[in-house]
Amino acid sequence: MDIYYTKDHEWVKVEGRRGIMGISAYAVKQLGDITYVELPEVGKEITKSGVVCTVESVKAASDIYAPVTGKVTEANSVLESAPEKLNESPEDEGWIAKLEISSPDDVNDLMTPDKYKEFLKSLE
Amino acid sequence: MKAMGTAMKLTPLYGEHKKLGVRFAPFGGWYMPISYEGIIAEHSACRKSAAVFDICHMGEFLFTGDAAELDNAVTQNISGLAEGKSRYGFILNDSGGIEDDLIIFRKAENEFMIVVNAATLENDYEILKKRLRKGDLSDISAETAKIDLQGPLSRDVLKEALGLDIGLKYFNFGYFDILGEKALISRTGYTGELGYEIFINSEHAVELWNKLLGDVRVKPAGLGARDILRLEMGYSLYGHDIDAQTSPDEAGLDMFVNYDKDFFGKSALRVRKGKGATKTKIAFQTEGRRSPRSHYRILSGGKDIGEVTSGVFSPVFSCGIGLGFVTPGFDKKGAVITISDGKNVELKGKITEIPFLKKTSLRN
Repeated sequence: MDIYYTKDHEWVKVEGRRGIMGISAYAVKQLGDITYVELPEVGKEITKSGVVCTVESVKAASDIYAPVTGKVTEANSVLESAPEKLNESPEDEGWIAKLEISSPDDVNDLMTPDKYKEFLKSLE
Repeated sequence: MKAMGTAMKLTPLYGEHKKLGVRFAPFGGWYMPISYEGIIAEHSACRKSAAVFDICHMGEFLFTGDAAELDNAVTQNISGLAEGKSRYGFILNDSGGIEDDLIIFRKAENEFMIVVNAATLENDYEILKKRLRKGDLSDISAETAKIDLQGPLSRDVLKEALGLDIGLKYFNFGYFDILGEKALISRTGYTGELGYEIFINSEHAVELWNKLLGDVRVKPAGLGARDILRLEMGYSLYGHDIDAQTSPDEAGLDMFVNYDKDFFGKSALRVRKGKGATKTKIAFQTEGRRSPRSHYRILSGGKDIGEVTSGVFSPVFSCGIGLGFVTPGFDKKGAVITISDGKNVELKGKITEIPFLKKTSLRN
């Protein structure tokens, strides 16, 4: 599976037309303790850069944007009762949604892990 | 951190915070630590063990003069205050609104320390300078560091980390030997736990901070945790729950106004009460883990009845809690309300009472 990042710090792991998305370790660190995740509904159509769902931390509510266009096929219901999983394992167990991707080309303008690392450095 | 302009002030502990890898944010003109390890862990340290806070941004004035002068300037009774005790109250404006909330410490018959908020410091100083016709008012904020140690174990920490045996009661203070000076330690705080506010020369701030953190039971805590801690107790935050447009009565804080004496703003409060309040303070609790937030609307049966002034997710209750103002008549305890962000967030809630958190170590 290839992994890509957005400038808004979402990640998406892609295999053909199947994808999994979440938010990056950097994003989670910026948000602080996460207290609530409003999961997207299964079947929800998402548009690249459109809002997928909302994550709330002790500091603020933040919209999470779609890295690609497609449809939500599964949401990580573990986060409903244990939103802290997002802090503990943002890029693995803390995934937010599984997706069916409309166009695999959508990832072309996203960042590879190396590019994303460079991008994070530029934010410091 | 684009917001950080050249005018942002730094506390003497700024360098220590940086070493601890803190997250900073602007607060009242200062660049302040928001959280270190994480807001929830810091909150928990304060409720269960002890936490230390950098509160150097707050202002301190020294007033040498007659207590009667202060009686006239603020809402609390100062001439009746014993030496070694402090009292919470307000500076009011000429329409009875709260210019600031403050604590006044009686150090001696004619000597007082006044502790004010950071963002309102200059305004407070100007007002007090005018109202205190006799006596001498000076701003000692720069040379005074304020470090708060709060939590059920804070008394033990002061004993073991600093060798101090502190038997103070709530809202009492004394002078104790710390790092070669007589520091003022007050048994007050903003967390609802047993705790102390330590006023020490700014030059000693770093050493004291590190001494306290040298005790494994103590964690550094930022303004993020402090906000949750104070809200669980229902304490008001200036600029949010109280402001220049709000009277103590409307804010549910009339017990900090002494009507048996004359003070600036008293006649305005009378007029205001005569007309009837336009808003009433409420405390509320919401269902679920989603947090109510400042400026969200408060609805009752679909009707807009008011606005949230403070809201957080409470780790103690695992739900949202908050304060707000509603139209008088809609403040009945137990009443069902909806908190809305005007878009897609709608939280079910009910009006309750403060403190939200009833059992703490505050009076241990």
